[in-house]
Amino acid sequence: MSAIGFILAGMLAAAMPFLLAALGELVCERAGVLNLGIEGMMALGAVVGFIIVHSSGGHLLGFAGAGLASMVLALVFGWLALAVRANQVAAGLAIGILGSGLSALFGKSFESQTVTGLPKHALPWLSELPVLGGLFRQDVAVWLGLLAALAIWALLRFTKLGLVIRAVGENPHAARAIGYKVIAIRYAAVAFGGLMAGFAGAYASTVYTPLWAEGMIAGRGWIAVALVVFATWMPGRLVFGAMLFGAVSLSQLAAQASGVALNSQLLSSLPYVMTILVLGVISANRGLLKMNGVASLGEPFGP
Amino acid sequence: MITLVRRSAASRRMAVAAPVAALLVTILLNLALYTVMGKDPRAVFYAMLLEPFISWPSFSEVLLKMTPLLLIAQGLAIGFRAKVINIGAEGQFLLGAIFASAIPVWYPQATGPWIWPSMLVLGTLGGALWAVIPAFWRVRLNASEILVTLMMNLIAVQLLAWLLVGPWKDPMGFNFPQTVMFQWDAMLPTLIPGTRVSVALLLAFAASGAAYLWMQRSFGGYQMVVGGLAPQAACYAGFSQGRAVWLSLLIGGAAAGVAGAAEVAGPMGQLQRSISSGYGYSAIIVAYLGGLHPVGIVLSSLLIAALAIGGDNAMVSAGLPVSAVEVFQGTLLVAYLAAVVLVRYRLVRSGVPA
Repeated sequence: MSAIGFILAGMLAAAMPFLLAALGELVCERAGVLNLGIEGMMALGAVVGFIIVHSSGGHLLGFAGAGLASMVLALVFGWLALAVRANQVAAGLAIGILGSGLSALFGKSFESQTVTGLPKHALPWLSELPVLGGLFRQDVAVWLGLLAALAIWALLRFTKLGLVIRAVGENPHAARAIGYKVIAIRYAAVAFGGLMAGFAGAYASTVYTPLWAEGMIAGRGWIAVALVVFATWMPGRLVFGAMLFGAVSLSQLAAQASGVALNSQLLSSLPYVMTILVLGVISANRGLLKMNGVASLGEPFGP
Repeated sequence: MITLVRRSAASRRMAVAAPVAALLVTILLNLALYTVMGKDPRAVFYAMLLEPFISWPSFSEVLLKMTPLLLIAQGLAIGFRAKVINIGAEGQFLLGAIFASAIPVWYPQATGPWIWPSMLVLGTLGGALWAVIPAFWRVRLNASEILVTLMMNLIAVQLLAWLLVGPWKDPMGFNFPQTVMFQWDAMLPTLIPGTRVSVALLLAFAASGAAYLWMQRSFGGYQMVVGGLAPQAACYAGFSQGRAVWLSLLIGGAAAGVAGAAEVAGPMGQLQRSISSGYGYSAIIVAYLGGLHPVGIVLSSLLIAALAIGGDNAMVSAGLPVSAVEVFQGTLLVAYLAAVVLVRYRLVRSGVPA
């Protein structure tokens, strides 16, 4: 298979952990809460999903368990950030460390074990196309993930709930003054962010690379946080960004497949280097960030 | 319903009580977790929390472990107080270790008393250089230093891995990813005879003293604290935010870098993959747990170092997995962040006239 065909076929699956986690973080940030614990929540979701699938619970239960576990961790973060009004950055870091620790602890006896991933489903006709065909042969989670992006886009843009979430993030005091329960809405957004991070982790450990290795999330949660900035808080651009990072993270395999000898450490650092470059380019456009950014992001809210 | 009401002044009593309460809650929660895991909580408690303090061989290892944590956390806290969140100490530590190793790797035969001091200087430079990119990105490009420093950590890990399998691999090392063992003159002098504690511990205490003077007594430190607490006031007073960002990141990077240099020139004696064991991340906990105060950080670095050594003890004596220490640290920071709110707020039962 050509390197391009290889990347096109694999990039959606590679993008899924980024996309799912970033979609959750996007909703959370749109409501005004900066959750930096995504990496740890993904790690916890990854181990819980893996353990359930490994003990033949099936992927459905695995994803549900992973989402639930990460949601509980996210609610602890929410309690710190919203009820206790702790510094959101510190609270996110703390929860991230706790999540990574729990992940390593629970996964200890599963190190290097494998599970079976999900089968691919081909879209009729489109998957027969030359070169592009691989893009349309994906597992069910990819199709659902793309649908989720579409749903979140529609929710934020066209529904009253979406408007309320955005209002709470833009100006919590005004939202409260017209009768919305700011804290409750933020809790819900944080919980949703945790749920999606859990799914993202479970996808990474039971579908994309169905093998348990401690620390397997390897910074993908942090890249997801960066992707939200990259996408300037817009779900459509998020899909594009996640696919870009999916493609880049495949470059190592693609280089091997096409027989190009490139330094493997250099290729492994590519997604990280790209994150830094992209953050620089996007953030330097202060007007864009101001226009699309969330005004109250990261600020504690109290009546 | 219980609500939080801001105190008119921060409570000093609570500032002392909060970390203690957080530690007690954390101990209880984690012992419960170990019990669920089928470990004997009394054995773990003894090995993890008492043995590091009551056995001298263990305590000397605590001092050894405390050295990098103290150095890094003092540097990070300066930035954290100015709201510059450098979570890149792990990478800056690795770069410090790499830069310092350049001398013994390239000149393995060199002798002389200049070697280890030059390694420390190179390490400081290496750490600070690794912090230049996030500082530039933040000041000039407006990019979040949190994300950029974290990415720099992940890149540093790859850089180290490449050096150890490539150009710096010990040719006689049976293909292990590590450099040659360093010569005698590349090693820091021992501070306490019979232990592995080196003069780097003195350096860490000197850095703590300097951090105290800088943050509590100097105008430059004051400018940075104001910038963190009230950015608009700082801007109005003409304190440069860009300068605070540069200083925070360079100081943090330099401190982490010298810690990395002291680690290769001390207990490790060579550059290898496991050079850090997560010091850069643990130091974030140390900094917050110490209330971002230079004196508090001395105490919290001692505690976190003792926990790490205690965790190793508990692994041997009670079969506790190493990652339990990370869980303990995470719980401790969560509990502390929750408890510390009582320093600035008091709990009031609403609905009842106050």
